[in-house]
This record gives sequence, structure tokens and C-alpha cells, in this order.
Amino acid sequence: MDWVNAIVQGTLLGGLYALFAAGLSLIFGVMRLVNIAHGDLIVLGAYLGLTVVMATGLHPLLALVFVVPTMAAIGYVLQRGILNKTLGDDILPPLLVTFGLSVILQNLFLEGYTADPQKMNAGVLETASVSVGGLSLGVLPLLTFAIAVAVIAGLQFIFYRTPLGRSFRAVSDNQEIAQLMGLNKRHIFGLAMALALAVTAIAGILLGIRTSFDPTAGGARLIYGFEAVIIGGLGNLWGTLIGGVILGVAQTVGAKIDPGWQLLAGHIAFLVVLAIRPNGLFPRVSG
Amino acid sequence: MAPILQLDKLSKAFGAVTVADDLSFGLNSGEALGVIGPNGAGKTTMFNLITGTLAPDSGAILFEGENVTKHSAARRCRAGMARSFQVPQPFSGMSVFENAMVAATQASGLSGQAAEQLCLDVLDQTALLDKANTLAGSLTLLDRKRLELTRALCAKPKLLMLDEIAGGLTESECTSLIQTIKDIHASGVSIIWIEHVVHALVAVVDRLIVIDFGSKIAEGAPKEIMASPEVQEIYLGIEIDA
Repeated sequence: MDWVNAIVQGTLLGGLYALFAAGLSLIFGVMRLVNIAHGDLIVLGAYLGLTVVMATGLHPLLALVFVVPTMAAIGYVLQRGILNKTLGDDILPPLLVTFGLSVILQNLFLEGYTADPQKMNAGVLETASVSVGGLSLGVLPLLTFAIAVAVIAGLQFIFYRTPLGRSFRAVSDNQEIAQLMGLNKRHIFGLAMALALAVTAIAGILLGIRTSFDPTAGGARLIYGFEAVIIGGLGNLWGTLIGGVILGVAQTVGAKIDPGWQLLAGHIAFLVVLAIRPNGLFPRVSG
Repeated sequence: MAPILQLDKLSKAFGAVTVADDLSFGLNSGEALGVIGPNGAGKTTMFNLITGTLAPDSGAILFEGENVTKHSAARRCRAGMARSFQVPQPFSGMSVFENAMVAATQASGLSGQAAEQLCLDVLDQTALLDKANTLAGSLTLLDRKRLELTRALCAKPKLLMLDEIAGGLTESECTSLIQTIKDIHASGVSIIWIEHVVHALVAVVDRLIVIDFGSKIAEGAPKEIMASPEVQEIYLGIEIDA
């Protein structure tokens, strides 16, 4: 039963990792931009949530109402103001610029919020649990997983069922032709980054409720996000969710064997997948 | 008739290679213009300049009387320009219908049912309706060329630019394509058509221009142009006084 418990807890943890990864997956899919600052943007979401909670006394989940649109606006401005200028045939400029952005964000957090670990207080939600078939499941992890599934389903719907998603896919497929079809790729990229950071805001708030965070917390989240995306296969959103789950299960099962193995087991699972299936488990099939 | 398109002393060079040299010509509204010239003469470059994927070194492009030289490709498309590519370039990961929908929603500014209806009408016209749900990347050459035409038409163009759309087709395929283009022309769309399949071109266009080394070397009625010794020498490689 302990093992079943570890696997179920890991699956739920995977939901959070999938949320870390979804924004990363989306912007790589649309504009081939590898965002090194993604982890720090997750932490930015957490700090913005903390600020709203402290200023208004709202429950952290209600703070989403402010943080999601704020992050989306930041995403649009960031993309149109800076990142669009780095995109081109060379993949190095976006890597360097987002790395620089990561450094800047971490220092801004340090300046604004000190190096002390912070946490958002979600009250009874943090400790509430339900009993299912002999397992005790936390309400927060269950809620996180449900949100992750809903977010991925929502992104999938936007991508394949709406005019905006069609624009994303057209620009991703062939930028030059898309422009000859009347699409303004700078605007489309801005919208993609806005959507990605809206998802990132959700991930940040859930992170800040679940654990404490500090200005340097982004790096590990970036790695979890990357690993989930790559395990699942680039450009496949449901694959990203499964990638997150595999990572989460590997960590909790590793921790079950020996508490010191938690992080290592996740990375080993990632390396094993990379060695056996370099394109991930569910790479997108293209024509 | 008012000119829909006017090229005014357009020049473009890539280093020492001149691809457009003081190129000027006009196109009347509703007219179909054929463009011929040897390979590498600058015909496709001319399309790139007109559609805005390439900026000229000097000169101006006027569309419906407005100077569009500085406008982006996307803006020119929304204003009513659309082109097909010599080497078809579909959005290969999307279905035929979705390829059409991108043009219908973005370029024509339609949405919902109006956009879908336009796509269905155009797909019917270009004989691709039964392949609407096929992935564009898996189409045959003829169907890819039809998709190029479909996408351009879904942009509801006032000016349609066709780049060697008949090249590589069989005789019967070519005949049906000619009929389709004649129908489009009859509906009032202005056309510029670059083509090496001269008989197809002559069957449709009102006027012909010949381009070599980036400049216009002849212009006139199709039959006269094809009969002129200069064109025969340059374009067809026939030595006149051998």
C-alpha cells in the first residue's frame, strides 16, 4: 500500500510539474524560443501572488484573478518589446537574452523581497485531505492535478479548435507564408507569450502555496519543466502532462527507497527516457 | 480603367547581381498580365518585391493608387494581394481546410460561418473539396498547386499573383487549371501570371511582358510578343541570323 501511495502522490505532484512545463512547451512550439527565464517567471507569479495576498488579505487562489492577467500583460509586452527582436535563424540570441532576463529577475526578487524564503498561506486547504480506498490524498495536490488537466485541455482546445490556435500553428509551421496570409507574427508571438505566462501564473501560485520559495527557486523549476516537456515529447501538450507525471512518480518512488534519492531519481528517469527515446515518449507526428 | 498596381522604377540588387533594374509597368483593374523570361531573369523576385517579402533598393510600388512600398507583407495581403508559390509551401502540419481557413480569417477578415463557407466554395472551385480533411503535407504535386491557388483565393484578393502554377502538370491537368484561372479572371480579379507553359498563358492573359536581367524588354499583345524575333532569341534561345 505504501508503494501505491507513493505512485499516487507522485502522479499528483506530476500535475504541478506539467503546469511548470506547459508554458515552456507552448512558446517553444509556436516560436522555437527556449526560455531560460521560465523558472524565474514561475517564481515571479508566486511573488506577485504573495504581494496581492499581503495587500488585500485575499485567499491565494483568489489572487489568481489579479495575477493571471498581470502575467499575461507582462508576457505580451516582454515578447513585443524584447524577445521578438532576438528571434531569427540563430538560436543563440534568445538563449542569451532569456538567461540575462533570468539573472535580472532573480536580483529584482532579492531587492524587493529579500533572500528569506516566503510562503503563501492557504489556510485549511493546505492540510485538508480525503480518504480514498485506504489512501489519504491531500486536497491541494488533487486540486493542482485537476487544474493541470484543465489547463492542458484548455490549451489543447485553443490550439486545435479556435482561430487563435490556427494562427499559432500557421506561424509555427511557416512564418513567411503566414505573413503573406495576413498574419502579423510579432502580434501572434506576443499573444502566445501572454497565454504562456497566464499558465505560468497559475503554476507560480500553486507552487507558492505548496512549498516555500526564494529568489533562486526558479532554476530547479526550469529543469523540472524542461524534463517534463522532453519526456513527453516536444510539441505534445498531453505528452507534457504524462512527462510531468513520470517525473513526479520517479521522485516519490525514489524518495520511498531512500529519502535522499528523491531528486536524483527524477533526473535518472529523465536520462533513461532520453537514452531510449531521444524524441520523448510521444513526439508530435507531423506530415 | 484605373491601374490597380503600378511599379515605378523598381530596383533591387544582391551584391553585384541585379535582380530588378529600373522596372516599371502597370496593371489595370480586372486585367490579366502574363510574365515570361528566362530562368533567373528576376520574375519571382518581382513577386517578392510586390508582396513585400523583399524590400526594393529604390523605386515605388503603388497598389490602388496608394504607395505601399513601406507596408509589411501582412498589411499588403489584407489590402488585397495574394500569391501562389512556384514550389508549393503549404502549412504541412495542418489540414487542407485549415490552410484555407488561415487565409480566409486572417487575410479576408471573415469569421465563423462566413469564413467556412468561403473556404468550401473555393475548395469546390479548385477541386480540392474531397481532400479538405487531408493533411496538407501528404498531398500530391497537383493538389499542392491547387492548395496554393485555394489559399490565395481564400484571401479574397483583388490582385492574384500566380508563380508557375502550370509547371509540372500533365496536359489534362493543365487544361482544367486554365479553365479555373479563366473563371477567376472572369469574376473580376486582376491577375499577374509568371509561366513557362506559354500556351497556358496565352489562353488566359490580355497582355504579356518579357523580363530579362531584371528589366522589362518587351510588352504587348500575347501573340505579337511571342512572334517577335527579339523574344524568340532571348527567351526561346533561337538564333535568328545563324
